[in-house]
Amino acid sequence: MHSHENHGSAKTYILGFLFSLILTALPLWLVIQHVMNKALLTVAILLIAVLQLIIQFFFFMHIGEGEKPRYHVMALILGAVMVFTIVAGSIWIMTFNSQVH
Amino acid sequence: MGEKAKGFFVTGDPLIYGADVSIIITLLGILVFLTYFKKWGWLWREWLTTVDHKKIGIMYLVSSLLMLFRGGVDALLMRMQLAMPNTHFLQSQHYNEIFTTHGTIMILFMAMPFMFALFNIVIPLQIGARDVAYPFLNAMSFWLFFFGALLFNLSFVIGGSPDAGWLSYPPLSELAGSPGPGQNFYIWGIQISGIGSLATGINFLVTILKMRAPGMKLMQMPLFTWSVLSSCITIIFAFPVLTVTLALLFVDRFFGAHIFTATGGGNPMMYVNLIWMWGHPEVYIVVLPAFGIYSEIVSTFSKKKIFGYKSMVFSMMIISVLGYFTWVHHFFTMGAGADVNTFFAITTMAIGIPTGVKIFNWLFTMFRGRISMTQPMLWTLAFIPCFLVGGATGVMLAAAPADYQYHNSYFLIAHFHQTLIGGVVFGYLAGLYYWWPKMFGFKLNDRIGKWAFWTWNIGFYVCFMPQYALGFMGMTRRVYTYGWDMGWAPYNMVSTAGAFLMGIGFVFQVWQILYSIKHGERDLTGDPWNGRTLEWSIPSPAPHYNFAHLPEVKSDDAWWDMKNHRYGAAVPNKMKEYAPIHMPKNSGIPFLMSACWFVAGFGLTFEWIGVGIAGLAGVGICLLARSFQRNTDYYIPVDEIKATESSLGRVV
Repeated sequence: MHSHENHGSAKTYILGFLFSLILTALPLWLVIQHVMNKALLTVAILLIAVLQLIIQFFFFMHIGEGEKPRYHVMALILGAVMVFTIVAGSIWIMTFNSQVH
Repeated sequence: MGEKAKGFFVTGDPLIYGADVSIIITLLGILVFLTYFKKWGWLWREWLTTVDHKKIGIMYLVSSLLMLFRGGVDALLMRMQLAMPNTHFLQSQHYNEIFTTHGTIMILFMAMPFMFALFNIVIPLQIGARDVAYPFLNAMSFWLFFFGALLFNLSFVIGGSPDAGWLSYPPLSELAGSPGPGQNFYIWGIQISGIGSLATGINFLVTILKMRAPGMKLMQMPLFTWSVLSSCITIIFAFPVLTVTLALLFVDRFFGAHIFTATGGGNPMMYVNLIWMWGHPEVYIVVLPAFGIYSEIVSTFSKKKIFGYKSMVFSMMIISVLGYFTWVHHFFTMGAGADVNTFFAITTMAIGIPTGVKIFNWLFTMFRGRISMTQPMLWTLAFIPCFLVGGATGVMLAAAPADYQYHNSYFLIAHFHQTLIGGVVFGYLAGLYYWWPKMFGFKLNDRIGKWAFWTWNIGFYVCFMPQYALGFMGMTRRVYTYGWDMGWAPYNMVSTAGAFLMGIGFVFQVWQILYSIKHGERDLTGDPWNGRTLEWSIPSPAPHYNFAHLPEVKSDDAWWDMKNHRYGAAVPNKMKEYAPIHMPKNSGIPFLMSACWFVAGFGLTFEWIGVGIAGLAGVGICLLARSFQRNTDYYIPVDEIKATESSLGRVV
């Protein structure tokens, strides 16, 4: 309940918030404005999503901090496995699906 | 009644009118009771604003038993209809609504809160902590669940119940298939309570990792604590998927998008894919803590250390991760192709291995143990054969080619009720009987409990064994009527009789609780079962601060070790002086904020944008108010601790 660790300043929080807003609005704008073709668009959205993830990790979740970073590493590895399962698994399952044209 | 009110309230069904009347009478009864006995202040101070994990656990428990009653009544109505398929006891639409609410309520509003009740009541006591890591968030979780469940249940008298099945597949659950508010009730009821479930998962993960008593290493934790840890890991990875999936469905319905529609470039199968990515881990979320409960009970009542502790831990962790890789077995028949189906058939069969390991460990723990046949032990013994059959039929279903035959049939219904009742419900009931004295300070009556046990168990087999046969005879799920020439009628009649037996078992349990409040055997020692873990080292019910002294843990089965080697709480007169105890303050914000969520959910359900925005604004104001609260904790003075401990009969 008494914390002496550094949990970031108001400046980093606001900066992170602004970055997140931009990275959320950007893909929406790309889709609505039809800026790119479909394949390029998909890659762009995925890249922006990864960027958003990194921003959240560092600005809000303070990934480099804490006295026991091994919990972070374990959680991140498991999270990576899960995300890979969700994304790659879905793509694999849905492209195999004979109903998809 | 005006035209508008006619669309708003559900009309035209005598069953619903009966429900309306009983709801109004119950509400009036509660209001009159609270006002007459001047209990409003008590209700607010002691319950609505509490952040005490024990009280939150009790509120979870009461809610889940009420939901068990509602879901059970739904089940009995369906069984009545299927026993007399041509009497039109229920119309087809009404039947659809009832199987939808039965499934949703039993999983999300009965099993989940029952599980959270046991998390809350047991975990801090078992690891020697004075509360959870985030007590305020814990209260938040409960009230979000409560208002989510309230919103969902409201649908059957206001607006109409959802009717697209408990997982609400599109395109049926899309606007074109389900135009009314029922489906919105489903989305918002689950979304609001789902935020709470996710928060509870995080809360207990942190509690277990960070708040253990001094000296308790990970590999010395009780197995129930391990099971909760593994369940929480699964919650954290699975629940966000549910939230996103339902949010996308809402976007489709509210903004007219085409994510899961059958037309306009949408893909309904993506919904099925995503929802089972939550749905399958969900069954492991609820069954893992049940495994933990069985482990505690088997060890306590065999008077032995659990057999194969390490393999128990590893198998639970394997289940919690591997449970994430099996979801496609719910839709083998989608036609994803042989490669996909083979992969998921193998992962599904593989998950039977750690489960089998656990079964053997329980059996070996009992082997040459001094077994006492208490109520928790009875339910545990009943679980083993029941879950074994459930698991075996599960492996049958996991064989993808054969699944094309079983899919969507009553064989499936029988299988999954066997694992969820035989595994989860039996487990939670065993846990309820086991920890009841710790919650309330008295044991539940044995004689009535045995009546409940046998009616439940016999009723279970009478109800579900015929359904395996019905599945083979071609009866598919979710049919409300069938011709007499199908030959299904006798089996359905038997099954319905079994369902009513289980209903009687539930009535016995209610009677048992009411009877035991007055006549139950009081627990004055705090250790009525000669337990092995720390929750039994303190008085029953536990004092507000749980542990007057934080226990020093030196081995596994910490309390058993203290009793045998005479140290710690086992020799109270050798204890040090008390020190002031740091505790969190009560707060009304969780209740108010969840109420605002309820308003928002209700508004969005009926697409009353103003109400929805007002509710969400209320949520925002509550968040702001909380972030400016500085005075959130206090210290219990030594005198008060002394007074409480001596009133509980503990030496000062």
